[in-house]
Amino acid sequence: MTIVTLTIDGKQVSVEAGTTLMQAARQTGQEIPTICYHDHCTGNGLCRLCVVEVEGMRLLPPACITTVQEGQQVHTSSEKVIRSRRTILEMLASTVDLSEAPEIQTFLDEYQADRDRFPDAERRELPVIDDNPMYIRDYSKCVLCWRCVQVCAEDAQYTFAINFTGRGYHSMIGTFFDQPMPATTCVFCGQCVGVCPTGALKPKREWLLEQGLAPDEIFEATKTKKRRRDDRA
Amino acid sequence: MSQSELIPLQLILNEYKQIGRSGLLPALLAAQKQFGFLSPSISAEIGRTLGVPLAEVYGVIEFYSMLTTNPDGKTSVQVCCDAICALQGADRVFEALQQHCEVSSDDGGHHADYHVERVACLGLCNHAPAVKVGEIAVGKADPGNPETVFLAEDKPLIDHVDGSLRILTPNCCRPEATSLDEYRHDGGYEGLTKALSMAPSEVLAEFNAAGLSGMPPTEVIAEVNAAGLLGRGGAAFPAGAKWEGVSKAPGDIKYVVCNADESEPGSFKDRFLLEMDPHRTLEGLIIAAYAVGAKTGYIYIRGEYHRALAEVKTAVEAARQAGLIGKNIMGSGFDFEVEIRQGAGAYICGEETALFESIEGKRGFPRIKPPYPTTHGLFGRPTVINNVETLCNLPFIITTGSENYRKIGTARSTGPKLFCVSGDVQRPGLYEVPFGITLRELLFDLAGGIRKGHKLKTVLLGGAAGSFAVEKDLDVRLSFEDLRAAGLSLGSGAVMVLDDSRDLRDVLRRVTHFFADESCGKCYPCQIGTQRQFEIMNRVAGGTVLPGDAGRLADLGWTMTDASLCGLGQTAGLAVLSALEQFPELFSPAQTDSSEQKGI
Repeated sequence: MTIVTLTIDGKQVSVEAGTTLMQAARQTGQEIPTICYHDHCTGNGLCRLCVVEVEGMRLLPPACITTVQEGQQVHTSSEKVIRSRRTILEMLASTVDLSEAPEIQTFLDEYQADRDRFPDAERRELPVIDDNPMYIRDYSKCVLCWRCVQVCAEDAQYTFAINFTGRGYHSMIGTFFDQPMPATTCVFCGQCVGVCPTGALKPKREWLLEQGLAPDEIFEATKTKKRRRDDRA
Repeated sequence: MSQSELIPLQLILNEYKQIGRSGLLPALLAAQKQFGFLSPSISAEIGRTLGVPLAEVYGVIEFYSMLTTNPDGKTSVQVCCDAICALQGADRVFEALQQHCEVSSDDGGHHADYHVERVACLGLCNHAPAVKVGEIAVGKADPGNPETVFLAEDKPLIDHVDGSLRILTPNCCRPEATSLDEYRHDGGYEGLTKALSMAPSEVLAEFNAAGLSGMPPTEVIAEVNAAGLLGRGGAAFPAGAKWEGVSKAPGDIKYVVCNADESEPGSFKDRFLLEMDPHRTLEGLIIAAYAVGAKTGYIYIRGEYHRALAEVKTAVEAARQAGLIGKNIMGSGFDFEVEIRQGAGAYICGEETALFESIEGKRGFPRIKPPYPTTHGLFGRPTVINNVETLCNLPFIITTGSENYRKIGTARSTGPKLFCVSGDVQRPGLYEVPFGITLRELLFDLAGGIRKGHKLKTVLLGGAAGSFAVEKDLDVRLSFEDLRAAGLSLGSGAVMVLDDSRDLRDVLRRVTHFFADESCGKCYPCQIGTQRQFEIMNRVAGGTVLPGDAGRLADLGWTMTDASLCGLGQTAGLAVLSALEQFPELFSPAQTDSSEQKGI
């Protein structure tokens, strides 16, 4: 086991080689913010909220997937870092409905992000997709953390029911030719709902309850007929 | 799916079945060519045959702008509306063509057959305003006579090639692509021959003992290292170091890839090199493969470059017939095969790892680095990836030696360089010069100076991902080190010249639109930042500057620069950041008058 020693915000810390900067910072008592990172999903370094400044590096590396190097001098709250984090949060607030993302709300306050920084912003406003008895998809709340796509694929279920549509700002999560979920390979395992950080994916019953339906109406609306496999397709 | 669909589709799929997912993009392109669009049933059949989950097939179709699920069957008329073509009236061309296509066929219009769309730079900046009708490139489109673009013949657009050197471009002044015979007649493939068979005798003996003949690969790498060849794709990474890394990387399977996905607005050098002299790139690629021990190479050509694609296909076939590709090349014992891949409309695929993903049949998302391509490249194997122009330097380096090569250029930027000069100069075109000449020499001595009756305002150096050079920068030497010191960048060599009549806000609107359109959407800073940057510039170009715009743009620009995942995002804010510094008045709320110059 190789031990690597580095300095994070002036505190020296020794960790195993292969440890990420985020884990190393945690050992010094420093929690680095992140949106997309999840312990059980492949880290892709998407949200960049966890960027830190490392002396000698031109760019700000994402702490979630960057591993420690001997002698590194890491700054988790430099001016550059704060500017990037605040701007990323402001961009997000101008894009999606974060009302059910309490963690991101906390970050917005913590970094004093102006929720109305971008007056010209075209927001992601999409109708709620209610096409199956198990869960709804409200992509106006989607921050494109990729977790649902990953747990549906190699990170967990190997179902491959969902992937990306569009590109760039107009990227979204979708099915093959936007088919309704029951027509896809989805097995309704619910893992995507479990890892969604913003309420974009939600159990249908919870959603119906929020819509003001009574429990028996909800039961009626979400009950599934038992059927044999050959009946599908 | 009907039988009439299934049979031709199966013929297409038979060709790609063996390579599985890596055949996805070529299969989709071929199917689209056959059927006009990609229907759910055709896409599903392709996915099932190649073993790709259907949701991912759709994800790929959605990523590439040339792939369509629209069944209207119309041929697309693509009008470049990026900065340089816009200077020459691209917007008027677009409107005229749109009107023309709306007119009924009886009145001489083309309404039933075409749909007109605005697209990003087509790499035809020296023929601005440029249009593509289907696969045919048309230069100098006339908004007064839109019907003429439909009459254009499918022949090469002759570029203006000039400059003080002819090392990379000796064959670029012919009316048609240089054939294998013509290329060989003028010394072509001598570099490869030398690498494979003319090594110094003392090393040769040892090398022959290993069952091979020629210059040992390590000697070839040493020669390229000694030449100081820096990558010409924009990042200026030493080619020799890349090769050495791949050569030393563990593993038996290695790849070489030629990056011909040139899509930087203002850049057209690679298109021209491939259209006019495809064998030079090919020779460079074979030399690279020999040096690092790769048996397979890929040439990934931008989807919109149909002519370049056709010429490279012809060249590879001719080289194969002549025994320059294949088994036991020139009796050396070295085997090498080349596969050609067509892109499908995504600027991001010029980023090396996104290009690998694309060859592997995926959306062109750039990968996290490290690991680097030298150890984990295409299909996870050690891979050399070089730009077209970089590869074109190799035959010369090997034949004349690194010492002679170093005599050209500056101490740290060695060799010849191609500059794509476009915009408001007398003679836009491709210029081959040694590194180290000044911008003044390039623009005024070679390109004939600014168009009549105007003065230089600024030069967007390095393309959309570049920065603005002004009068005071004219005497900076064009080398990687001098430009870096001056706070500028060379990029891939795009030199977009703007005179004093031009509206810089409009130029920035188009530049920022380009990035918003081309961001892959993977990391947040670029995914959202490029869109917000464009929205602000769009408003500003329309004449409304709000208090705080400069601050918004600076925060967006720096956040993209510092925190984006790949080179696209890291450079998407450069032009705006540079304008904030050079032309702060553009962003001052007091100056909301846009009447200044709406002359485009």
